Amino acid sequence: MTWVNAVIQGMLQGGIYALIACGLSLAFGVMRVVNLAHGDLAVCGAYLALVVSTGLGVPVWYTLPLVLPAAFAAGMALQVLLLRRALRGGDFATVLVTFGLSVMIENLLQVGATANDRVLNTGAIGIASVRLGSQITLPWLFVAAFLTACGVLGGLQLLLSLTSWGRKVRAIADDVDTARLVGVRVGPVFATVAGFAVATAALAGIFIGAIGNFNPLTGTSTLIFAFEAVVIGGLGSLWGTLAGGIALGVTQVVVGEINQAYAVLAVHLLFLLVLAVRPAGLFAGGQPARAAQVLG
Amino acid sequence: MRPEELVTALDANPRPVRVGRWNLAASVTAGSAAAGLVTLAAVPYFAGGPAEQPLIVAFTFIAMASLWNLLAGFSGLTSFGQHAYIGVGAYGLYLVAEHGVNPFAGIVPAAVIACVVALPVSALLLRLTGGYFAVASLVVAAVFQIAVTLAPSVGGTTGVSLPGLAGYGSVLREAMIYWAAMIVAVACVAGVFLMVRAGFGLDARAVGSDPVAAASLGVRVGRIRLLAYLAGALGMGAVGALIALQTLFIEPTSVFSIQYSVDMLFMVLIGGMGTIEGPIIGALILFALQQQLSQYGAWYLVLVGGIAVLATLTVPRGLWGVVSDRWGWSLFPVGYQVRDRPHDQ
Repeated sequence: MTWVNAVIQGMLQGGIYALIACGLSLAFGVMRVVNLAHGDLAVCGAYLALVVSTGLGVPVWYTLPLVLPAAFAAGMALQVLLLRRALRGGDFATVLVTFGLSVMIENLLQVGATANDRVLNTGAIGIASVRLGSQITLPWLFVAAFLTACGVLGGLQLLLSLTSWGRKVRAIADDVDTARLVGVRVGPVFATVAGFAVATAALAGIFIGAIGNFNPLTGTSTLIFAFEAVVIGGLGSLWGTLAGGIALGVTQVVVGEINQAYAVLAVHLLFLLVLAVRPAGLFAGGQPARAAQVLG
Repeated sequence: MRPEELVTALDANPRPVRVGRWNLAASVTAGSAAAGLVTLAAVPYFAGGPAEQPLIVAFTFIAMASLWNLLAGFSGLTSFGQHAYIGVGAYGLYLVAEHGVNPFAGIVPAAVIACVVALPVSALLLRLTGGYFAVASLVVAAVFQIAVTLAPSVGGTTGVSLPGLAGYGSVLREAMIYWAAMIVAVACVAGVFLMVRAGFGLDARAVGSDPVAAASLGVRVGRIRLLAYLAGALGMGAVGALIALQTLFIEPTSVFSIQYSVDMLFMVLIGGMGTIEGPIIGALILFALQQQLSQYGAWYLVLVGGIAVLATLTVPRGLWGVVSDRWGWSLFPVGYQVRDRPHDQ
């Protein structure tokens, strides 16, 4: 029964990884930006929520109507002020710019908030749990995180398939030059996509901060996990990202059940194994990773 | 056809145009570099410890920047995980020193160990490009770090001290490390220079700018990337061994610190990617910044990150790029230039 519990717990944990990874995947799919500051932006979301919830003396959930629009705006600003300029310099420039940004964010957080571990005030839901049968107990926070992830991914999928905004996004993802030719205004679409990416990252950051500790350096490990979820799931597929996140979470919790010291190592090795045997990702419909076409 | 015999095809009356790459500036550079190295080599005799310590840091920076430039600047491999091989080199030096090898002589096997470790890793990483390659290389570094902490034979999380240095007095040891650092720095710069001058350089730059186009023109993309990656790991292993010699204690979180990769990125960006001169200039700038500002801790790193962002946006070819565009200087010429074009009229 411990094992069943671990697997379910891991699946729920995977929801958070998918939540943070979907912004990374979206930004890459649409703008071809690999945002190396994505994890740090998520941690910024957690810090913002911490400041607001401590200031108002309320559980962190009440800060969401403030934090999420702020994160959305920050994402748009990031795109308009920084990434748009970097994109003109090619793929390479965006990688370097976002890496520089990541170093800046981590150290600014250290200056502003010290390197101490923090936790978010989660209120009553933080300690509540749901019992399935007699043996399995699941913390409500994990369930909520998983349901949120499914909701965000499903909502995003609906937006992409049903709205005119989504049609533009898909057109740009296919071929940005042709999209421009047929009259899509790329700038505003990029800005909103960046907004969504940062807002989902902030939401994920809040869940990360609600479930465990966080500090200014949490961003790098968060980025690595998100990135692994994207690659394991296969590029360009939102549900693949969820599956990738679940694969990560299950590996981490199940191996952690055996020996905690090996949990993160196992996740990294799973990622490298997937790269070795199926570089296109486990759940991608045969769409090869970009490099594989050239270098195979 | 040799480049020296190139003729201008559009010329109605074709006359040979002499092209070459060695020039006066290169001779001056070579001469002053040789003189400078002799002076630097003598530093332990006339200046001693206070001058050696900072110069060792400068040499390490120059070596790291040149190596990272070989990957990112010439071959299009933006690795953020090259600190993996600094760690491997440091632990490699520990392992050979444990088996009785003199730690200074051990720099060479430590570098070779890093290169050997890089071979299977490259099979995985080189499937990827761009940001995905960058983050995957970061994962590899994380795996190495965790693997070391799980191995009690190399000290686990606490680390190990480097054996075999008991026979050296502190003055001699310091001087030896200084010379070793100088040799590694010179070897890295010269090695990258010679590689880039050879056929590898042209192929690597083609792969770096457009792998598909390069492959379609017959460049063996996979082999070029492999060669660059292995050479980068070899040099970085030597740098790691140097760092171990300097600190005398090898601890996983410090030898596998991502800060090394941040530094490399910064130096190459500021100085000018894809040139031989740029990384050296970048290394000297970071060295100066670090000497002046590192007591400010996190603010210093905020500044470093900010300068990196600004430099990418405003001077994408770095300081040396600006200089060479403006005045056409080339101190370490790797490309051909038209020498004395005959007057057409």
